[in-house]
Amino acid sequence: MKTREPLQVLGRLYVPYANWVGETTSQFLCELRDKRRLRGTGCSECGKVFMPPRSVCPTCLASLETWVDLPTTGLLMTYTSVHYSFGREYQPMDPPYLLGIIRLDGADTGLCHFLGETSFEELRVGMKVEAVFKENREGNILDIAYFRPIKAAS
Amino acid sequence: MARRTAIVGVGQTFHRSRRPDVHIGELCAEAVKAALEDAEIHVRDIQAFVTGNMELFEGRYVQDMWLADWIGAVGKPGIRVTTGGTTGGTLASVAFELVASGLYDLVLAVGFEKQFEGDTRAGLKTVADPLWIRWQTTGAIGYFSRQARYYMKETGAPEEAGAMVRVRLAAHARNNPHAHLRLDLESVEEVLKSPYLIPPLRQLDMCPTSEGACAIVVASEERAARMARRPVWVKDWTSVHKEAIYVRGGRHSVADLEMAASRLFRRNGIQKPMEEISVAEIYAPSTWAELEWLEAYGFCEKGTAWRLEEKGVFYWNREFPVNPSGGVVCTNPIGATGLIRVAEVALQLRGDAGPRQISRKPTLGFSSAWGGSGWTVAHLLSSSKD
Ligand SMILES: [Zn+2]
Repeated sequence: MKTREPLQVLGRLYVPYANWVGETTSQFLCELRDKRRLRGTGCSECGKVFMPPRSVCPTCLASLETWVDLPTTGLLMTYTSVHYSFGREYQPMDPPYLLGIIRLDGADTGLCHFLGETSFEELRVGMKVEAVFKENREGNILDIAYFRPIKAAS
Repeated sequence: MARRTAIVGVGQTFHRSRRPDVHIGELCAEAVKAALEDAEIHVRDIQAFVTGNMELFEGRYVQDMWLADWIGAVGKPGIRVTTGGTTGGTLASVAFELVASGLYDLVLAVGFEKQFEGDTRAGLKTVADPLWIRWQTTGAIGYFSRQARYYMKETGAPEEAGAMVRVRLAAHARNNPHAHLRLDLESVEEVLKSPYLIPPLRQLDMCPTSEGACAIVVASEERAARMARRPVWVKDWTSVHKEAIYVRGGRHSVADLEMAASRLFRRNGIQKPMEEISVAEIYAPSTWAELEWLEAYGFCEKGTAWRLEEKGVFYWNREFPVNPSGGVVCTNPIGATGLIRVAEVALQLRGDAGPRQISRKPTLGFSSAWGGSGWTVAHLLSSSKD
């Protein structure tokens, strides 16, 4: 039998989700939203301080119940510039924009976030940066609008 | 030649309809930590990990990657298993295979589900063949309604038979602090007040959607000898797959269940399963499935399970305990459900099942998982090495 016309069946399934973030992350996000405060959790077994906070240490599997107050300042560990778009529903802003990994002072882990009030040319690995918070905060990590370089005291 | 393999630790969460206090990683960490604590080992002792859940149910893909740093698997070998409803059973089988093959001496398997976080309807639609049946399927409720109708017609069982199963499972679940639905159902009349989903299947006949996780630690014979707990020996296991189309117009069939159990019993010289096997934890998503499938596994003659149910022989303190945990009808975090069956049988064979410990002397145990379009995984566990 000859194939006359190859056909396809069409369909679209939606994949909605609403993932609970757990008690530890809820507490962190509430304080970020309500008090602009950033707190990590510490492991009593290996001594590491996690930011963003975790409830379980990835290496010891110990329960992390100690909160550690962290400043809103940290070091820029690495950075890059994004120039392509795969749709605004998947990206929070239009390219080009800057991304960095920031280790808050006193933390052992890095947080990936946007960089603002700066340019790719100005950025340096190891430079001091600080968090800039959104005016209207909703209880997610984008309540930090971006991190910006701390200008030398003039 | 496969090596002797044993279960040396089990752990599970307390199963609920929703666990908003934990995210998926934290949920799995609870089960893993419970299993490690039971085995009295540190996570660094585990050499390889097997993880699994239902594809798409939480709107997250590559769940093995999401989980690695919540179960202590970073930098270690591992494999993800996702075989639909049988996932939990396959998790155990793969862990057994990794140890029996000689590759590893200590393997951890963990299965979970957090069903309310995604759209399980969308996930289940992708199970059904897109050419012929995707938009006609009614999911598990349609399937099990038809199954109930078929069983009643074939065996003459009255509506009360399903309700009797439900009363037994409620009694069992009340003995099990981990069970999700621990209802005070004392009589058949109470169950028969439950609304129909699709007649003759009532809401109380069908499993709930649960959130929870379960983990087991599997060891080689040599490693098992140095463990804290009395090992539960893995005697044999198998799986049976059927055709891909979800619902054919043809006769209702339980061939996969029959093939899996008869293969295990034949290979292990079991001639009178109900006498030789001391406890069964079977994956049956509805009361009526439990009756029909006990017959399909060959525990009793066709058409007799509901008569035995009437006599009460499947109660935990009677001749042939079936689902002393309360079964799937009381607890169903899908990716964990098959693994819970294995863990519960292991606890029974160790004598560590607490208030739900069977009265009969536990020697051999049978566990099963079911899913897809009629897939079965089955295990035979033993309290003695030979
Ligand atoms: Zn640690």
